[in-house]
Amino acid sequence: MVDEPLIRVADVEKVYKTGDVEVRALRGVSLDVRPGEFVAIMGSSGSGKSTLMNLLGCLDRPTAGSYRLAGREVARMNKNELAEVRSEILGFVFQSFNLLARTSALENVELPLVYRGVGGAERHRRAKHALERVGLGARLDHTPAQLSGGQQQRVAIARALVGDPKVILADEPTGNLDSQTSVDVMALFQELGQAGITIVLVTHEPDIAECASRVVVVKDGLIVTDRRQEPRPARAASTASAEVHP
Amino acid sequence: MNPLVTILVAFRAVLRNKMRSFLTTLGIIIGVAAVIAMMAIGAGAKAQVEQAFAAMGTNLLIVMPGSTTSGGSFGGFGSMPTLTWDDLAAIRTEVPSVRAAAPQLRSNQSIVSDELNWTTSVTGTSPDYFEIRSWPAAAGAVFTQSDIDAGSKVVVLGQTVVERLFGESANPIGQTVRIGQSPFAVVGVLEKKGQSPSGQDYDDAAFIPMTTFAQRIQGGLGKYLTGTIFVQATGSETTQRAMKDVQALLRDRHHIAPGGEDDFSIRNLSEVASAQQQGTETMTTLLASVAAVSLLVGGIGIMNIMLVSVTERTREIGLRMAIGAKPRSILLQFLVEALVLSLTGGLIGVGLGVGAASWLADKFRWPMQIQVDVIAISVVFSALVGVVFGIYPARKASQLDPIDALRYE
Repeated sequence: MVDEPLIRVADVEKVYKTGDVEVRALRGVSLDVRPGEFVAIMGSSGSGKSTLMNLLGCLDRPTAGSYRLAGREVARMNKNELAEVRSEILGFVFQSFNLLARTSALENVELPLVYRGVGGAERHRRAKHALERVGLGARLDHTPAQLSGGQQQRVAIARALVGDPKVILADEPTGNLDSQTSVDVMALFQELGQAGITIVLVTHEPDIAECASRVVVVKDGLIVTDRRQEPRPARAASTASAEVHP
Repeated sequence: MNPLVTILVAFRAVLRNKMRSFLTTLGIIIGVAAVIAMMAIGAGAKAQVEQAFAAMGTNLLIVMPGSTTSGGSFGGFGSMPTLTWDDLAAIRTEVPSVRAAAPQLRSNQSIVSDELNWTTSVTGTSPDYFEIRSWPAAAGAVFTQSDIDAGSKVVVLGQTVVERLFGESANPIGQTVRIGQSPFAVVGVLEKKGQSPSGQDYDDAAFIPMTTFAQRIQGGLGKYLTGTIFVQATGSETTQRAMKDVQALLRDRHHIAPGGEDDFSIRNLSEVASAQQQGTETMTTLLASVAAVSLLVGGIGIMNIMLVSVTERTREIGLRMAIGAKPRSILLQFLVEALVLSLTGGLIGVGLGVGAASWLADKFRWPMQIQVDVIAISVVFSALVGVVFGIYPARKASQLDPIDALRYE
């Protein structure tokens, strides 16, 4: 299947059981994402967007339906296989950065490669390169406490990038940032998107979603809107590239 | 994830909380240090007892004359001379399991040199005696069989007596001392032997030929040997047999009917020694087990802190899982962390235990013996404590759900 999309979610359902109560978080969701797309998933809390994100991120398995990621059926994989898929194909960016405290930016970025078994020197080189790519080449030895929120999130993005993932999953990446820093981070995502990396981003802020090339709205466990759009540049291209390639 | 990286990651995590890690390992440190110090001191005490008994003589039996009965009251052993000089000769020649035998006739006498005098225990014996007690001369020589035959007035002195009569590091060989009314030539000075198990100074003694002793001090050589007989068996395995053989020989020679009571008694010193050794060993085991309990408590401390650490680092665990860590890697990470804590504690404990034992040995003049096997066992045991008490928290960490873990506040 040459033209199979990178992400193919078909009729996925997810049911949580808490005691006797069944919660149907997803009630038959289908979604195809092609390589290089920049998808924003929107929805209010309780809509099921986080559940969808967890499934896309191979952190959870659907109750029913199929999920093919890069040509592999992952819906029925066990924990170890899922961990391998996460390590090889995905990169994560979180709202609260989730950097290891008292650990240098470089070591934080190296972490995914550690679990892939990449050797020390190679790990070092690639982590340094990823940090340079997000504009933090001069702050390799800084610990999270010595970095601003925007810089921390860029370290987290470098960490997602370092393994050359096919997809970066970002869960409210600007949720903890002020508006100016949000713009910087979104510009960076757009840069990566132009470089061919597929990005799936969860947000509830419409102006963040405007930066994406496609917006998917989830409500009550179903996709209610799925539209493609001309992305709004996060900011003027000249300043963005100046920031990204110092 | 390769093991070296795992260990490195664990070390880094342990060092991130220096104070807490130190307090956690303290239990193990104290436990291991206590075990090692106790065992070192116990082994030292045991060695000291061994040495003390070895100083008395190896594979040694002491034959003492029996008791008398007069008007219904029993005298103690030795109250009546029942051993004869012929008995001594018979023990020497007729029992194959006996290597040597020598009499020990004793009396407290004042010895006078030119300027000083000292009252000490004077023993009349034969040259074999010095061999039985493995007590060679440090200067001069011990008296010989010809001295015995001739009843020569020669004396061999212990170190303490030399010091008292001639001053320290004096050479008294060739000098004359007076014992009772008779002048004696000093022919030898014995090596320093130290203290007996009961604290008596072995070196406070003088030795003269048994014949001279009988004539000059006991007032004539009779049929009976008024003293005890030291018997040395041919080896440690034959001590028991030698005891039985000597007993049978003496019963036969003294015409004691079967069922009749011995008119002598034989003491086996190696039995006394092993009883005393067992005492020290029991004490050491007791102390070491108390110390081992603190190791166990240290292990529980590690488990406690590891559980706290897993809870505290739930998000970190979630993140590691999200970026590709398998449950096994997480398990390994926390297990190795517990191992690093316990093993580091164990190694510090070894250093501290050796230090404490040396310090105690130095300060209180206690004998001590560092045992390599105890050190090895302690280190292995502390590692084992780390694994046993680390496995539960590590399993708990590895079984976390990454979604819940990432959301954990």
